[in-house]
Amino acid sequence: MDFVNAIILLLNYIFVPALAYGSQLALGAIFVTLIYGILRFANFATGDMMSFGTMFVILFTWYFQSVGIGLGVFPTALLAIPFAVIFMVGYMLIIDKFVFKYYRIKKSPPVQLAMVSIGVMFVTQALVRIIIGPSDRRFFDGEKFLIKAGEFKEMTGLNEGLAIKSTQVITIIITLILVSTLFWFLNKTKTGKSMRAYSDNEDLALLSGIDPKKIVMITWIIAGILATIGGALYGLDKSFKPFTYFNNMLPIFAAAIVGGIGNPFGAFLGGYVIAFSEILLTYAYRKFFMYVLPESMEPDGLVQLLSTDYKFAVSFSILVIVLLYRPSGIFKGKVL
Amino acid sequence: MRKNLNVIAAYSIMMGLIILVGIFQSWNIALSIFNLCLISAVMTMGANIQWGYAGLINFGIMGFTALGGLAAVLISVDPVQEAWSVGGSNILLSLFLIISMVLAVRYILKNYKKSKNRTYIIAAIIILGIIIIRFISEPGIEAIEDVEPAKTGFLGGLGLPIIFSWVVGAFFAGGLAFVIGKVALGLRADYLAIATLLISEIVIAIIKHEDWLTRGVKNVIGLKRPAPYEVNLQQTDWFINFVEKFNLSKLNLITDLTERQAALNQLVIEGSSVFVKLCYSGLFLIVVIILLILTQKALYSPWGRMMRAIRDNEEAANAMGKNVVKQHLLIFVLGSAIVGIAGAMLVTQDGLFTPGSYRPLRYTFLIWVMVIIGGSGNNFGAILGGFVVWFLWIEAAPIGLYLVNLTTAGLDDTHFLKVHLIESVPYFRFLMMGVGLLVIMRYRPKGILPEKIEIK
Repeated sequence: MDFVNAIILLLNYIFVPALAYGSQLALGAIFVTLIYGILRFANFATGDMMSFGTMFVILFTWYFQSVGIGLGVFPTALLAIPFAVIFMVGYMLIIDKFVFKYYRIKKSPPVQLAMVSIGVMFVTQALVRIIIGPSDRRFFDGEKFLIKAGEFKEMTGLNEGLAIKSTQVITIIITLILVSTLFWFLNKTKTGKSMRAYSDNEDLALLSGIDPKKIVMITWIIAGILATIGGALYGLDKSFKPFTYFNNMLPIFAAAIVGGIGNPFGAFLGGYVIAFSEILLTYAYRKFFMYVLPESMEPDGLVQLLSTDYKFAVSFSILVIVLLYRPSGIFKGKVL
Repeated sequence: MRKNLNVIAAYSIMMGLIILVGIFQSWNIALSIFNLCLISAVMTMGANIQWGYAGLINFGIMGFTALGGLAAVLISVDPVQEAWSVGGSNILLSLFLIISMVLAVRYILKNYKKSKNRTYIIAAIIILGIIIIRFISEPGIEAIEDVEPAKTGFLGGLGLPIIFSWVVGAFFAGGLAFVIGKVALGLRADYLAIATLLISEIVIAIIKHEDWLTRGVKNVIGLKRPAPYEVNLQQTDWFINFVEKFNLSKLNLITDLTERQAALNQLVIEGSSVFVKLCYSGLFLIVVIILLILTQKALYSPWGRMMRAIRDNEEAANAMGKNVVKQHLLIFVLGSAIVGIAGAMLVTQDGLFTPGSYRPLRYTFLIWVMVIIGGSGNNFGAILGGFVVWFLWIEAAPIGLYLVNLTTAGLDDTHFLKVHLIESVPYFRFLMMGVGLLVIMRYRPKGILPEKIEIK
């Protein structure tokens, strides 16, 4: 019985939250990796682009709520996402036309493009703060829990409760649908294949008649979809604050590089690697050992490898280790 | 003379703007802007050495700034005797263990060939070491943090004058840069940017959460000053006489004696804070001028030529027998050390150390905007960038407010759009920085004062 309790404990505090957080990171990491693979620069505006998309989701959610349209048990934000995506894609294409296109045609070095993306970061951040303000916002409505801790205890008769938030389930399901569609698109359709070819070898791809303008446009469209949905899911699960989104850029970069930058599947897994290691290393295992070990061997301390303050530091240390020993990432990067 | 006309013009305009702030707002504001401009200029010089001379991207400026600030704390704060007696031995023992662990790993790396066993042994040493160190340091750390947590709760520093920390800060930052450089300089340019950005976050996390060393988010306040205190100045005779003489014509207009005394008191209070700021300006100006002379000399020396050669064509420089890796490491350490000086200067000026205030936007990306806008590769350009961008960063709010009022003049004062825009005036600075950076990168990619290399 104690053993089952221990497993439920780990599920509740480690597995489910890490899976949800990992999915959010994974979407962001695929976004980074796509931009890196096809447009060939590190996009430092990632976090702010995600917050820009989320801002539209929130604005539409407010509008729908004021009109009285809702989805019942599901959050209204799900209804708002498609509309927000349209605006976000528009914003991405405008930015590309007025900012990035010039440097792409000039064939500037990637460093210069990264510097330009910092300019975009400042502008996007300003727009978000001017339009919606810097404060913390929650826009979740509908049913909050799928399984409540108390109900679970009653149902199973265990000591440990398992609480599953509906946002966590929504996050995981949407991520799986989105990512499998993306991989189907990249691997099976003609456009997807030409995108991979362009990422792999630009000159050869151009030679075989692939239209670079179309590739770039589709990349930004996919990026807009990923940024909006990834940001909205994070905001639903936690809350929306422009500053946290800016900071989320760091674990997202870590996930993309750990998985092998330029490799979407690697980025997808990288998100989970980062999320799980952050939570596994900073969780206090005292209660777990109390269940598993006999009473005489119970630990005194919290049995915590690192204090939760170092959550971010964990993912960055993993990144540094990966950069040192396998700079191309766990899965070979630089090919889409 | 004529060649440098644009430099002189740009600097005169900049000084003119600061003087205008002094006339229209107040000399206090103008001088605080000027001081922070000088500190920003030191930071941009550090970044410019790395980026402009050698083409290395360092997005870890925040981390080096914070280390400089830490140096200011560790140098100037008086040691907390009680904390040393309860936990000092544990901390010193842990430090000794860390050093011996590093040496042991180095010894194994040097003397044994690469094999699976070697990797396992190194991993075992590191894991065992960490466990032992945690067991030894934990009681010490807890004891130290329990010593009057509201007031101290940390080891304190050496109790020396804070000026020394400017040098020590440089050594701290340079030391960290040496470690990072050894690890990360082999990476491609954009990987290096990301790696340094993340490492600087780790540095901040450590400074924020190791309370026994830095007091963490509880902040260290009331650091010693190299300049006199306003309160003391207001009571010294020579200063009051000085202010009286300086404002004699104004004071003579007031005939009533008590009123005259009140006006004088007011002037003394204002004057004292201006005087203190002027002291700081003098100190900072000395640092900026010394660094400027050194960096200019370096730029035109054979070493500077070699650095530019490495920047412009690494492979060719390598083929000419220049040790690219070594030079990159050297310049990374030098640039970071300069940033460390700036970090110590910043804490010296503020008189307090607040680890929570180190944010990458303000201390890393803004500095990069300064370097790019000012002109990378040109020291005068980098300094100018520091001045221009910091000036705009501070004055963006008044300018933004003016623009908002101008564009929404037709609207009612309670109109929701106008109220909302006026509330968000502080964020116009981000917009200005972003647009400024994009415009400069597009239409003047070499910055306001571009790099000019004369071949003599």
